[in-house]
Amino acid sequence: MTLKLDNVTKKFGSFAAVDQLSLEIPDQQIFGFLGANGAGKTTTFRMILGLIDQTSGSILWNGEKIDYSKSDMIGYLPEERGLYPKLKVRDQLIYLGKLRGMKKQEVITELNGWLERFKVPDYLDKKIEELSKGNQQKIQFISAVIHKPKLLILDEPFSGLDPLNVEMLKQAVVDLKKQGTSIVFSSHRMEHVEELCEYLCILQNGKPVVQGGLKEIKRSFGKKNVIIHADFDLDFIQNISGVVRVKNYQDGITCQVESEEVAGRLFESLQGKGFVRRFELEEPSLNDIFIEKAGESYE
Amino acid sequence: MNKFLIVLLHTYLSRIKSKSFVITTAIFLVFIIALANIQSIMELFDNEETDRIAVIDETEGITEQINNQLSSNESSIVLEEFNGTKEEAEEAVLEEEFQGVLTVSENEENLPEAVYSSNAQTSTRIDGQLRMQLQQIKEAIALNQAGIDAGIMEDIYAPVNFETEMISSGEGTGGEIKTEEELSGARGLVYVMLFLLYFAVITYGNMIAMDIANEKSSRVMEILISSSSPVSQMFAKILGIALLGLTQVGLFIVVGYFMIQTKKDELVGGFFEYFGLADASLATFIYAIVFFLLGYLLYATLSAMLGSLVSRMEDVQQLMMPVILLIVAAFMVAMIGLNMPESSLITITSFIPFFTPMSMFLRVGMLEVPFWEVGLSIVIMIATILILAFIGARVYRGGVLMYGTSTSLKDFKKALQLSKKE
Repeated sequence: MTLKLDNVTKKFGSFAAVDQLSLEIPDQQIFGFLGANGAGKTTTFRMILGLIDQTSGSILWNGEKIDYSKSDMIGYLPEERGLYPKLKVRDQLIYLGKLRGMKKQEVITELNGWLERFKVPDYLDKKIEELSKGNQQKIQFISAVIHKPKLLILDEPFSGLDPLNVEMLKQAVVDLKKQGTSIVFSSHRMEHVEELCEYLCILQNGKPVVQGGLKEIKRSFGKKNVIIHADFDLDFIQNISGVVRVKNYQDGITCQVESEEVAGRLFESLQGKGFVRRFELEEPSLNDIFIEKAGESYE
Repeated sequence: MNKFLIVLLHTYLSRIKSKSFVITTAIFLVFIIALANIQSIMELFDNEETDRIAVIDETEGITEQINNQLSSNESSIVLEEFNGTKEEAEEAVLEEEFQGVLTVSENEENLPEAVYSSNAQTSTRIDGQLRMQLQQIKEAIALNQAGIDAGIMEDIYAPVNFETEMISSGEGTGGEIKTEEELSGARGLVYVMLFLLYFAVITYGNMIAMDIANEKSSRVMEILISSSSPVSQMFAKILGIALLGLTQVGLFIVVGYFMIQTKKDELVGGFFEYFGLADASLATFIYAIVFFLLGYLLYATLSAMLGSLVSRMEDVQQLMMPVILLIVAAFMVAMIGLNMPESSLITITSFIPFFTPMSMFLRVGMLEVPFWEVGLSIVIMIATILILAFIGARVYRGGVLMYGTSTSLKDFKKALQLSKKE
């Protein structure tokens, strides 16, 4: 059940919101969409769901176009949160669940399970407008997954939540994946993507700048980070060839190096200068990759 | 269950359970019951009110004659002989014992004349009636004095025999007027139908636009359209609200019917007969239903389309303005047409889709319209509904994804653009 985007372009007038995007989203994995605001994430999701048509290119799920005959297998958490403010949680989800092909009784059983899991079982008979924003979001999340979709699209699922709730939802996402759901989610929080996704794509102005498996992306990026804490002045490090970027902190520096070999030279250059409290070679973070890749296309 | 049905039922049930719906319906029902009992209610207030008039009569028996005539006309005026001077009588009027003072006398030709004095502004009704009665008595006396006998007088006053007849040219040419009874029957039905359609379009059209705007402003729309097609949602909404409207109007009609049944004796000869509902032909009723449904669908589709362009509830009224203006214009034209159904204004507007349900119904109700003309107007309407539905569905598809504050024709274009491939 792979989701395949082939040369997808969406133009609004002369503006290309998504430009020549080709992706393969593997089955039963979590796929991360990264990008700054306006990079084209939401537009891509809407095209995948068939809410808007792409200008050119094709989007196929398991070899077929996604249309309303498949909507019972798809879950969607839109970026713009919204439920009927005046309806009770129960009525709300019964309606939305039925629209995804469920029976009333199934909805109630599932709903009770989810409310229990999110530690809010007494919300069943509350109106949405009575709930806090974070709790509304939990209900919204339930509405996206209650029908056990095969493909789940989450647009910025963790924005506006406190850390405890973020953990709760993350765990739910991981569990859904284990149960066999393919999940596509977008975020501009690198650490969430790094933590959850095996595969990802970074969008920049509608174009993919990086895509593939997380490990390969990091490996092929090549650059690594070196953290040095020492009792002497470290300014000279900037002048060593192969050191790309230096960030100063209170107790030391973090610098990006072009390869592991540069890190070795760095290590040698510290010899005899004084006491070194910490020297660590670190894999690049997604954040570094994003800044570099996104930065490149700005220049 | 079919998703179309789920949306339809949800629209219908969530509306019918809402407080505002229950309250408006209740108010209307009370109004209908009050209207049916209007005569009893009016009598309730009327009973206490006989207008007592003090009479100073210098003639013989004229007071009695006037009183007889008044009571045979079921008038509320009662004359009472006043024993005293005019000044005393006027005093009594100021103390509100009497409505006024009537001084009746005879002139030199032995004909009655009178002075009516009162302190109230509202007395024109009373003095008009008194003047009329006295006029009749005077005429009778004058004729009697001229030596004309009672038989001739009866002949003079008997109503003239006047009948209207239709000249039929064999086949209908579109301009024939129905007989007087049919016409008044049709007029009543047209009246009722015009009001119902007007009421339905304004109320339920607004409801559809509000419902859609509500789903958009609460942003639940994006989930909805990801689970079922916006086009089927739009029509489910239109039909859901239509069902709601039928429930409401049906309730009014059932209650109205029972009221009429129980009050039959009072109402026959009253306004019921005036509207002549009983005389209207079956065909007219069928046309009423057809044009009502088509009219509703046309305006509802337009409303749904416009509603999908709005992203805040506050803007709904603004965008609904053109729809309201259209229905008001159609209503006005039809109202004018009630008195001149043959005018070319009505003939032309009966083929313009937004006017058809009112103008064409008026024509079929009041004139003999050839069937092909009615058929053509219905076909034009259905075509317009289909075109509107087609455009509406596309606008709806794009419109529901569009958020912004402006409400203008630009949005219309934008929505169409969003819904299609570039």
